[in-house]
Amino acid sequence: MNMSFNDALQIFLYFLVLFVCVKPLGIFMSRVYQGERTFLSGALGWLEKGIYKISGVNPEEEMTWKAYAWHVTIFSTVCFAALYAILRLQAGLPFNPEKMAGLSPDLAFNTAASFTTNTNWQAYGGETTMSYLTQMAGLGVQNFISAAVGMAVMASFIRSFVRKNSGTIGNFWADMVRGLVYILLPLSFVLALVLVGQGVVQTFGSSVEAHLLDPLKTSAHVVNTQTIAVGPAASQVSIKQLGTNGGGFFNVNSAHPLENPTALSNFLEMLAILLIPAACCYAFGHMVGDTRQGWAILAVMTIICLPLLIFCYGQEQGGNPRLAALGHIEQRQGIYQSGGNMEGKEDRFGVVNSAIWATTTTAASNGSVNSMHDSYTSLGGLVPMLMMQFSEIIYGGVGCGLYGMLVYALITVFIAGLMVGRTPEYLGKKIQAYEIKMSSVVLLVPLFCTLLGAAVAVLTSAGQAGPFNTGAHGFSEILYGFSSAGNNNGSAFAGLGADTPFYNEVLGISMLLSRFWCMLPVLAIAGSLSAKNAVPPSAGTLPTHTPLFIFLLTGVVLMVGVLTYVPALALGPLADYFQTLHSIHQG
Amino acid sequence: MTMSSLRISILMWLSLTVIFGGLYPALVTGISKAIFPAQATGSLIRDEAVRVVGSRLVGQEFSDPDYFWGRLSATVPMPYNAASSSGSNYGPNNDDLMKTVQARVKALHDADPGNESDVPVDLVTASASGLDPDISIAAARYQAARVARLRGLTEKDIDDLITKNTQPRAFGVLGEPVVNVLMLNLDIHRKAAHATGGKR
Repeated sequence: MNMSFNDALQIFLYFLVLFVCVKPLGIFMSRVYQGERTFLSGALGWLEKGIYKISGVNPEEEMTWKAYAWHVTIFSTVCFAALYAILRLQAGLPFNPEKMAGLSPDLAFNTAASFTTNTNWQAYGGETTMSYLTQMAGLGVQNFISAAVGMAVMASFIRSFVRKNSGTIGNFWADMVRGLVYILLPLSFVLALVLVGQGVVQTFGSSVEAHLLDPLKTSAHVVNTQTIAVGPAASQVSIKQLGTNGGGFFNVNSAHPLENPTALSNFLEMLAILLIPAACCYAFGHMVGDTRQGWAILAVMTIICLPLLIFCYGQEQGGNPRLAALGHIEQRQGIYQSGGNMEGKEDRFGVVNSAIWATTTTAASNGSVNSMHDSYTSLGGLVPMLMMQFSEIIYGGVGCGLYGMLVYALITVFIAGLMVGRTPEYLGKKIQAYEIKMSSVVLLVPLFCTLLGAAVAVLTSAGQAGPFNTGAHGFSEILYGFSSAGNNNGSAFAGLGADTPFYNEVLGISMLLSRFWCMLPVLAIAGSLSAKNAVPPSAGTLPTHTPLFIFLLTGVVLMVGVLTYVPALALGPLADYFQTLHSIHQG
Repeated sequence: MTMSSLRISILMWLSLTVIFGGLYPALVTGISKAIFPAQATGSLIRDEAVRVVGSRLVGQEFSDPDYFWGRLSATVPMPYNAASSSGSNYGPNNDDLMKTVQARVKALHDADPGNESDVPVDLVTASASGLDPDISIAAARYQAARVARLRGLTEKDIDDLITKNTQPRAFGVLGEPVVNVLMLNLDIHRKAAHATGGKR
């Protein structure tokens, strides 16, 4: 594989800028979640206090893990119900210039589940389904809330390592509101304005009629105009990138030129995908008083992500072998074209920016796209699918990525402890049977949702009706869909016809299970750890910031996390790859 | 605990919806309108009669050989339907993809039978959005001789217009250099109209 200098430089710059941002943002987040004053307290403190006052919250009140989990559950249920109602009733609500109808019950269920779980799977096309009110007050609000809830649970989980002999893990409302007001709002606001400057549309006006320069002659009639859908997109695009939501304003998400118009807007949107998940690692280290712990976690994530990114790039840059076999087509990279597999990619991004996006958006549980993953080469498309099957811990969702990875760290010290016959410890807390049982639930639920869901789909006629492509690639579409819902990612092999009662319901249930049956055991672990005393490190303690631990944790993530999916991947992307070779051989 | 939790949840949802679903997008819209009025409304292009002829950022279908052609578009019911963006979602091994590509190669050859060079890949594949406004420089150069001949312009004229409508990499590094098809064709339209006394 040859990588051009400029492509290598773009990948390098991406990670460089990301890592430069990690420390300052991480320190800031750590301060926010510890309730300390920051440079934004003066400007936004009134907003935080105002929200507490209106909702009747006492932010100082400490919660046990059960109370914390209870509030998370009740609040998420209210959000789910409210969003469901907006989706069903949007026809009669204001800010609906395109006269969008209400959604069917199954699509509304799926979409409400999708946006309250931070998945943002979209079984609909934004510009053909949703009113502006739904986009802003329904979906946009959940983009903020679901992200802040994930970060709140992370903050309480980290706190449980710091507290000793305490029964409490913090206040859910304070954690959520602080994340919203001090972290998500300012970042989204600034990013939204920069994106508008680049050309991302932001208006309450209705769609625009343009008179075509070269009228379109179809067999039946001549089309003289182009209807251009617009709307308040930038304000939503910024939070969907920053909050690892990923739900596009338009159907094709950030491939749409009015959602991601330039190379610079693309760079910033890509940066926003990993920005908070990566900074969470530093915030973790800062909060537990040992930043090396955070760097170690970030190192594991990057060690897994980067080779897969380069592999994906190589596959896509290599082009489609079947097009090469057709002849008369130039797929090689040159100074005048990026070349490669350009089906489902945009020229302004080329292969390298499509590959960076595809890998990071699935590593983080973002799920937005700037190219169509369904049209990736067989092995190139394997990468985003695999990234989701890592249970969204390679950076992962905001908050949930880090707590997911910390669960893997617990499993790692447990396995290491088994090897030497000692009770394992992590950050001074003894890891015992209860923590490992709960960790196992966190590991198994996404797996169960993904594989069982895909199995049900291929065994039922309703499920079999979904794929657009045939053969192994059709199975890949199904497996990709359930990997996406079962790990709360939201990206799709978009050929899958997912707006049917079957897929809406099964994928919707899958998203809910995966989100909450990972979150609740994590809170249970937090409660248990918080109640324990700290044990001082001894000669037998495994240090958790060393290259050895990084190696161990990487190994556990690979073995425990992803090995389970190998048989399914063999039936999907790998079989697809060999079918392609076979087709060429047949001529 | 249930009732108080429910009451807080409902009030919390209401206040957050007002702030993040109402004030925040309204504020972004207001400021955008003040500082980026053209971009915020879709980067629209108007002709002399102030009629909207398109958006600088949204591609249009061109099928006449005397215009530059853009990417294939998989939107329905017609290509470049900017009210319903979509990619083709063809898998890499889909026979229909091969048929679409072959038909496009043939159409390009039929429009310019003398052109023996290989076709740049972005000219025979559908973009992700179905609205890609750009083509690669290679794709523009591939078509330059054809458009020049049919328009009665010199290749130098066309090359200059391609250069004028080429967007280089941001900061010399980010993205790919591309040629905006609609802007290029608008320039060619104007130049040709000027040369022939406004026929088209």
